[in-house]
Amino acid sequence: MGHLDRTVRSFLLAELVAGMGATLRAFFKPKATINYPYEKGPLSPRFRGEHALRRYPNGEERCIACKLCEATCPAEAITIESEPRDDGSRRTTRYDIDMTKCIYCGLCEEACPVDAIVEGPNYEFATETREELMYNKDKLLANGDRWESVLARRLELDAPYR
Amino acid sequence: MVKVTVDGIQVEVPNGSSALQACEAAGKEIPRFCFHERLSVAGNCRMCLVQVVRAPKPVASCGFPVAEGMEILTDTEIVRKARRAVMEFLLINHPLDCPICDQGGECDLQDQAFGYGADHSRYQEAKRAVTDKYLGPLVKTVMTRCIQCTRCVRFATEIAGVPELGAVSRGENMEITNYVEKALTSELSGNLIDICPVGALTSKPYAFTARPWELKRTDSIDVFDAVGTNTSLHVRGSAVLRIVPRVNDEVNEEWLADKGRFAMDGLKHRRLDRPWVRVHGKLQPVSWQDAFVAIGRRLDGVAGERIGAIVGDLCDAESMLALKDLMTALGSSNVDCRQDGAQYDVSRREFYTFGSGIAGIEEADALLIVGSVPRQEAPVLNARIRKRFVAAGRGGFPIGMIGEPTADPTYRAEILGDGPGILADLRSGSHPFADVLKAAKRPMMIVGHGALVREDARAILAACWALAVEVGAVGPDWNGFNVLHTAASRVAGLDLGLLPGSGGRSAAGMMSGGVDVLWLLGADEFHTAQIGAQTFVVYQGHHGDAAAARADVILPGASFAEKSGTYVNTEGRVQRSFRAVMPPGDAREDWRILRAFSEVVGKTLPYDTLEALRDRLAAANPVFRVIGGRDVAGVSDLTGPAGDPAAVSPAPFQPVIDDYYQTNPICRASPTMGECSRIYVHPRTVAAE
Repeated sequence: MGHLDRTVRSFLLAELVAGMGATLRAFFKPKATINYPYEKGPLSPRFRGEHALRRYPNGEERCIACKLCEATCPAEAITIESEPRDDGSRRTTRYDIDMTKCIYCGLCEEACPVDAIVEGPNYEFATETREELMYNKDKLLANGDRWESVLARRLELDAPYR
Repeated sequence: MVKVTVDGIQVEVPNGSSALQACEAAGKEIPRFCFHERLSVAGNCRMCLVQVVRAPKPVASCGFPVAEGMEILTDTEIVRKARRAVMEFLLINHPLDCPICDQGGECDLQDQAFGYGADHSRYQEAKRAVTDKYLGPLVKTVMTRCIQCTRCVRFATEIAGVPELGAVSRGENMEITNYVEKALTSELSGNLIDICPVGALTSKPYAFTARPWELKRTDSIDVFDAVGTNTSLHVRGSAVLRIVPRVNDEVNEEWLADKGRFAMDGLKHRRLDRPWVRVHGKLQPVSWQDAFVAIGRRLDGVAGERIGAIVGDLCDAESMLALKDLMTALGSSNVDCRQDGAQYDVSRREFYTFGSGIAGIEEADALLIVGSVPRQEAPVLNARIRKRFVAAGRGGFPIGMIGEPTADPTYRAEILGDGPGILADLRSGSHPFADVLKAAKRPMMIVGHGALVREDARAILAACWALAVEVGAVGPDWNGFNVLHTAASRVAGLDLGLLPGSGGRSAAGMMSGGVDVLWLLGADEFHTAQIGAQTFVVYQGHHGDAAAARADVILPGASFAEKSGTYVNTEGRVQRSFRAVMPPGDAREDWRILRAFSEVVGKTLPYDTLEALRDRLAAANPVFRVIGGRDVAGVSDLTGPAGDPAAVSPAPFQPVIDDYYQTNPICRASPTMGECSRIYVHPRTVAAE
């Protein structure tokens, strides 16, 4: 009987009608796609995007060159060099992240004792050349300055879960 | 021996051992901060608590002597609880600044807090803060981190012999201090950094530079004095960032002199990284080939006896042998490894090595120092003398010195006189110290370069040997005749016969116009004005010091960190170091340079690899077959070195080191050593500034 049933169904285009029905239903539902880049989806406060080095409100850079991020980085993307600054405090003279090596695991952020290195919400940092993805300290600090309000808010939102 | 049971394991330990040593013998690790094997027991950190069966409460194992049949438990709930409590107390006032602390990653407190610490602090009150102390240009202090283990106080007092550190106040207010704002006056001050279990004392030049997990470690030998301290070079990338000692009980125990520890920043400054040739009075950078051709052209037609070579203080045995072979091939016997003009008798090894060995100092029971200031010439060896002096107790190890010491020797030494004339009095027995030496079972004698660089060196050496024989310092079962060298390359040079052959000229003879072409292998310790104006000078070395400025051709060589080399210390112990970094620029290992040059002049040296050269080394002198070891043997043949003991001149001994921090090209290029020299050796100019 099954054989006859299948033949009749295929002649009556039952599957096509079912498909068209699904299309028709979706036609009246709200849209799932968004008009990127003019529209963007929601991001979790824990989203791990482009890195930034933060500063304290008084403008002092947070990073103290403890090198824990460098040690924990599984991709070995971070390079740090440090020496005593003129006032005797421990600071980096070099803080490089190779963004092409980075796997965006967020361990650097987790290791940081002073919340200096963070992964921000920005995922739109594609470049035309490879070299531009070798971030240095200036670039990371500039990122921090640009995103500070968002970064601070994200840390605040995530704080209860830490 | 005492039988003790540790956690059910039965061990036998010597009488008088501590419970901690018994636990170590049983393979149990006991956490500790204040206890250190080479220091006295203080028992003030309380971290090493263990339970002794039938004792009413936990005991500090470091200071608790074992008794027959004692049962020790190291892993019970009581012990764990006690250690956790001690750790909590220690952490009350210890700041939570591990991320900016240089000790981070190699910190005893960090490691043990991992084992015994709680995950959070219950302490809500204000923490204590302590002002930092000034301990000189080498040791950085962050006294808030101090846990008052007093290791540094005990090190300074017991080992270094400079009782300049102490503790003031008590309880929470206790502070380690040097009482006055003054740099620590010890050549061993760098060891405080190793000995501090926390980050209170760290290295000032190395501050914030690197983390221990970033560093690659390479075994090496300290070349800044002739002790042959075993060291480890810590390297990141192409830079040697720090040097720390390795433990070798026969040589340096676990100490390292400040010069060996801190002078390595000189490796980055004033380096020769390409060959230079003087054209029309000005040095021009050239290629290796051009430099070799320039030397080859100058050598063309020069007779063998008009060519000479002088070897410096930091050279390895391999390059010295290659140079000697090259000179022999060129037909020259003008080779000298004694740029300071010292005179030795090399007919037997006893006459130019430290016969008793450094460890042998601890067996001696009387000491005579002739023309030497061990504190400056070999600080680590001086610490061994002090160790013996302290261990022997009052009057147990009488020390006599001939020659006024330039610095406090750190032990009580009787100054017998200022010149070698006193040796005759000692031999005739008219001086009271002669009785002291005669009464001693194992007297020893250290002859330094203050005596050996003089005109009458051979006479002094002969007189010293004669005295040593008369007082029983040399005999079939004890060799207490010691020559203390100051240059790391010297004993290897003497072993390999880098001395003028028959008809050959000495270093002084070569300089004063005795040769037309002079090859300097890292030789810098003389005034370049001594070299005749017409002499063609080839300088092969690693630093652009005075001699390089005088040179007509400069061949860039490798420093001790950049080549694998063999060194022989003052005891005659052959030791090997390994390459930690590559030489800068076009610089090459010294033996390779000599080998390459030999081909240019058509006298190719018969070795292409380091292994082949080392085989040649072992063939040249069998002592190079044994690495690291050294057999301590008595002297069967008591005939002395050549020289007339009566021919000594009464002139006083002059110290050979006038500035401990500036004795070789690497030190002179080092900013840290320059700073030390300004502060310690020339304090007046600092005050005037």
